[in-house]
Amino acid sequence: IYLKIFLLLRRRGKLAALSIAAMVILVGVPLWWKTTQTYRAWLPVAQINELAKLQLQLSADVEVVFARGTATPEQQKKVPVTQTQDEDHAVDEDTTLRYRHETRYRTATVMEEDALKQPTAAEADLSLHRLSESPCGSLVIYVIPESSSLLPENVNVYIGQRRTALLRIGAQMKVGKTLKQLLAHLEPRVKQILQVMSFSHNDITAALSDRVRFSPDNKESIADSMRAFKSSPGYEITFSLLNPDPKSHRLHWDIEGAVQTYIQPLLTKLSPVANFSLDSQILYYAMLGVNPRYDSSRSAYILNADSLAHVINPVEARLGSNAASSNPVLNFLLYVPDAHHSPLYIHDHKKREVQTNAFHSPRWGGIMVYNVNGFYQTGTNFPVDVNINMAKVMGVFLAQLRLLLGVQSTAPPSSFQVAPCGSSGLADWELDRLMWSRSVENVATATTTITSLAQLLDQIGNIVINDNIAQQVSSAVTSLQLAVAELEVGNLGFALQYSKEAILASEKAFFDPSLLHLLYFPDDQKFAIYIPLFLPMCVPILLSLLKIVSEVRQRRREKQAKKD
Amino acid sequence: MWIGFSLLMPDCFSLSFLKDLHWCGVCMSVAPPHPHTNTDSFQEELVVRPLHSGDIYASFQFRTVWEADFSRGNKVSHYQLFPKSLGQVISKFSVRELHISFTQGYWRTMQWGQPFLPSPPGAELWVWFQDSVTDVDGTWKELTNVLSGIFCASLNFIDSTNTVQPSAAFKPLGVGNVTDHRFLRYATLPREIVCTENLTPWKKLLPCGSKAGLAVLLKSEKLFHSSFHSQAVHIRPICQDQRCKSTSLELRQTLNAVFDLHTSGQAKREWSLFKMFSRTLTEACPLASSSKIYIDITDNSQGEQFELSPASSLLSQAVVLGDRRTFSVYDLTDQATFGSTRSLNLLIRDMLRPLLHAERYVAGYGLQTGEIHTVMYNHHPYRSFPVLLLDSVPWYLRLYIHTLTVTSKGKENKPSYIHYQPSKDRLRPHLLEMLVQLPPNSATEVTVEFERALLKWTEYTPDPNHGFYVGSSVISSLVPSTVATNTSITQEQPLFSSFFPCKEELSYFVRVYTEPLLVNLPTPDFSMPYNVICLTCTVVAVGYGSLYNLLTRSFQIEEPSPGLAKRIANVIRRMRGVPPL
Repeated sequence: IYLKIFLLLRRRGKLAALSIAAMVILVGVPLWWKTTQTYRAWLPVAQINELAKLQLQLSADVEVVFARGTATPEQQKKVPVTQTQDEDHAVDEDTTLRYRHETRYRTATVMEEDALKQPTAAEADLSLHRLSESPCGSLVIYVIPESSSLLPENVNVYIGQRRTALLRIGAQMKVGKTLKQLLAHLEPRVKQILQVMSFSHNDITAALSDRVRFSPDNKESIADSMRAFKSSPGYEITFSLLNPDPKSHRLHWDIEGAVQTYIQPLLTKLSPVANFSLDSQILYYAMLGVNPRYDSSRSAYILNADSLAHVINPVEARLGSNAASSNPVLNFLLYVPDAHHSPLYIHDHKKREVQTNAFHSPRWGGIMVYNVNGFYQTGTNFPVDVNINMAKVMGVFLAQLRLLLGVQSTAPPSSFQVAPCGSSGLADWELDRLMWSRSVENVATATTTITSLAQLLDQIGNIVINDNIAQQVSSAVTSLQLAVAELEVGNLGFALQYSKEAILASEKAFFDPSLLHLLYFPDDQKFAIYIPLFLPMCVPILLSLLKIVSEVRQRRREKQAKKD
Repeated sequence: MWIGFSLLMPDCFSLSFLKDLHWCGVCMSVAPPHPHTNTDSFQEELVVRPLHSGDIYASFQFRTVWEADFSRGNKVSHYQLFPKSLGQVISKFSVRELHISFTQGYWRTMQWGQPFLPSPPGAELWVWFQDSVTDVDGTWKELTNVLSGIFCASLNFIDSTNTVQPSAAFKPLGVGNVTDHRFLRYATLPREIVCTENLTPWKKLLPCGSKAGLAVLLKSEKLFHSSFHSQAVHIRPICQDQRCKSTSLELRQTLNAVFDLHTSGQAKREWSLFKMFSRTLTEACPLASSSKIYIDITDNSQGEQFELSPASSLLSQAVVLGDRRTFSVYDLTDQATFGSTRSLNLLIRDMLRPLLHAERYVAGYGLQTGEIHTVMYNHHPYRSFPVLLLDSVPWYLRLYIHTLTVTSKGKENKPSYIHYQPSKDRLRPHLLEMLVQLPPNSATEVTVEFERALLKWTEYTPDPNHGFYVGSSVISSLVPSTVATNTSITQEQPLFSSFFPCKEELSYFVRVYTEPLLVNLPTPDFSMPYNVICLTCTVVAVGYGSLYNLLTRSFQIEEPSPGLAKRIANVIRRMRGVPPL
């Protein structure tokens, strides 16, 4: 009987140990896991990984219109024709680019013929624009006869203020008889026009610089790519008048009127690209950081190109950051040198006087020196009242503004004539070029932001991912996909819009303060807190489990021995 | 960040572009831009008043008036004398009035009299928003963050737990008829420490910076070596002219300092600008329309107390805080002021006792309950006058409002108006406003009991044993004046006497701040959570271990072990193949 009870008790003990172990493993561990888990909302990881491999296709519609006398009747019979040209570039292993130009050839309508009969190219351009407005990103090229008087002798191509260009067809014998020959003759010239008026590979790769590391060929192109501001949904433009010597100069500038006349038209035109806000201020006793050298031969003060780098930092302390927004600030400073250091001229690297007496700093703004010596007359009493010639100042600032905003000015081939930009200071095709590169840049920036955010969240498991972040991420991903799709179809306006939304959402998610909460709460500290409970609880369970296992093994061995 | 630079070369493109631009200007016959009507003006002023305690009080005021109308939602973005950073804040957040002060030290009213512009120790911010603001709390939060960036101060610690909406004590100081206190926010940070990093951005707001004019004297090394230092920015709309058809924006920057020259090692009772500020003045700010120094010589009309050199023939009388004072005036815009010497030496003693004065302390013992005592003194010999007391107490001091008693001269003094808003834990503080009549020549005591709350361990400050600050009480009052005041605001008035608008002739407006309180809260041992975890875990582990043992161990009766002889016998028997015993 003792033995029986003994065995029963032993079995009961074993069962108890096993059931406790089972309870701990089945209930305790999941409960602990569940209660100490950080909340991580679902992220569209698969789609983000897809975006990491970016395949961008840029499509532009091009219409080539034959005016009367440029195509033979046989050729005219075969049009309209549509040709598609694809150009593939692999930028790096993750990014590929494809440029697609859909060229449609047709003959001119009667109204277009009338428009082309205008005496000058500029008037023809205007009346063609009135006939039909081509959508954002598309181009129309009118092929005009060799004998046309619209263009001067040595000019073959006229690029208008809008999205049209006039192309003089070559001599008849070169053109050939069949349509194929005609098109083959036109193709390189159309391509040249597209290089100027539509996106070029250089622009697009420069816009991708956020995503792809380049080793640019020369210093020039680095400087070019770093000059313009990064794409941003908004910019603050600040004009500052620096008057270091209010005792000698009483300066008056009509900034309000000047901004209305010169700057506002450009900004209105650029409004699809970004929002701009304008303000101005006058700073007194604001000095430049360097002492200009006195040149006795010219009785003037000289600021060398080498020392310009030191000019801005001391001034910048006075400019004040914009308290009311976090958009990048473009600073334009008008510096009126004090009476004792005047006149002041800027010299370039070759020791020549810079004609505009101005310079700009990449991604920061521009500075112009405005000498007021003309107002000093013998026997004038200080302070002198000075009215600043705003047309002169704004001309320089406007040119700098165009450069800093990234309006590219590629030098066209010599046989091209580019129409002077109108009152807005920006041609439609220039805006299109800017929009192309801005869309691509936004897409590149947003994809890098989103992928690096996904990587970060993947690497650090402690970070809580709230629902609003997940929502921002998914909306960024959706906007990105839409932007890429719109670029593919050639809807430039929508593509830019979606890419802006994508960048806003991705930045919002990336810089959300809630992502920082648990970043620095390491695992070892967490386990230090658990050890006092877990160690005493787990040791007996483990020991008894070991004991049971060893007993089972021993019994099996005994059984084996018995069998043998 | 500065990367590099490149010259703007007039390449052929930009040249043609510029030409084109000129063409636009000529041919398009652009309407001539409307002439500049906005004119800003700037005034600066320094008042020096010797105090009877032997200290010397210097008060700077800089006033920038900007004739721009914000009230109709105009977007104004061109700045001349007015600082751009503040202008942007005002237009972005639709601020109607903004008052911000940073103070180091406590103004001793009993020894020093009334300051021209009172301020509590630490930082104080109160803002009236335009009535077009819909989300006042959100705007307030953003505004405090932006201001903390502008002034390099910890104003971003202002949140709902220390913000109140006083119903009566803080009325708009500028023109306008919005008095709905939903658009008012008031907060103090009694703990804020004021130093050089707050002075530099403050000086940057001045048109001349610290390069010319009176601001040259503001050298932080000397200013912060003083018994009291207070700097403030007040922005409010004011009338442009007598008829008040349009308003302009006034920015007043004030800086008050009390120098104790006895402790700074100069036993001689002799003061000079150079000794106080270690600078002298050489010119007025060329942008200022007026730049003046006033020396209070009321007690020195015959020159018996001190001597001013160089002497000024200009005398001015002004009624300040109910007292007619005489000032010696130095006009810095006049070149004759800067004769051969450029420093002022002076000596003085004695002055009036302030009519209204208040102090505050915490009574009680232990860490559970306590009592706040606020004592307000009326030193007027025969007139009684009402005062508005505003108290904002953090939620972790739970006020027992039923214990609120107001006693004057041993008798109960019933307040004629009480506005009490109870606190909500971790959301908002207590707000107590009372209108109390102070009998003549008396001390009125307001007491209220409180209980100290236990905070969560993450809510304690890094140095919890230092105690928790409770902001100053604010006592605002119209004190009967012995001198008739001129109520019409004219330009000729010195700046220091024209800040608070006067409505009655026979009284003047005074605001008195009490000391901030430092209250100890029960503070836990912060290593305790880990100790508690360890202890609890040990207890659980011991209980669990014994239970586990009971459940899994099998118990059996142990048979007594056989003796040595029996064991040996058994071994032998086993060897022989015989069953053991």
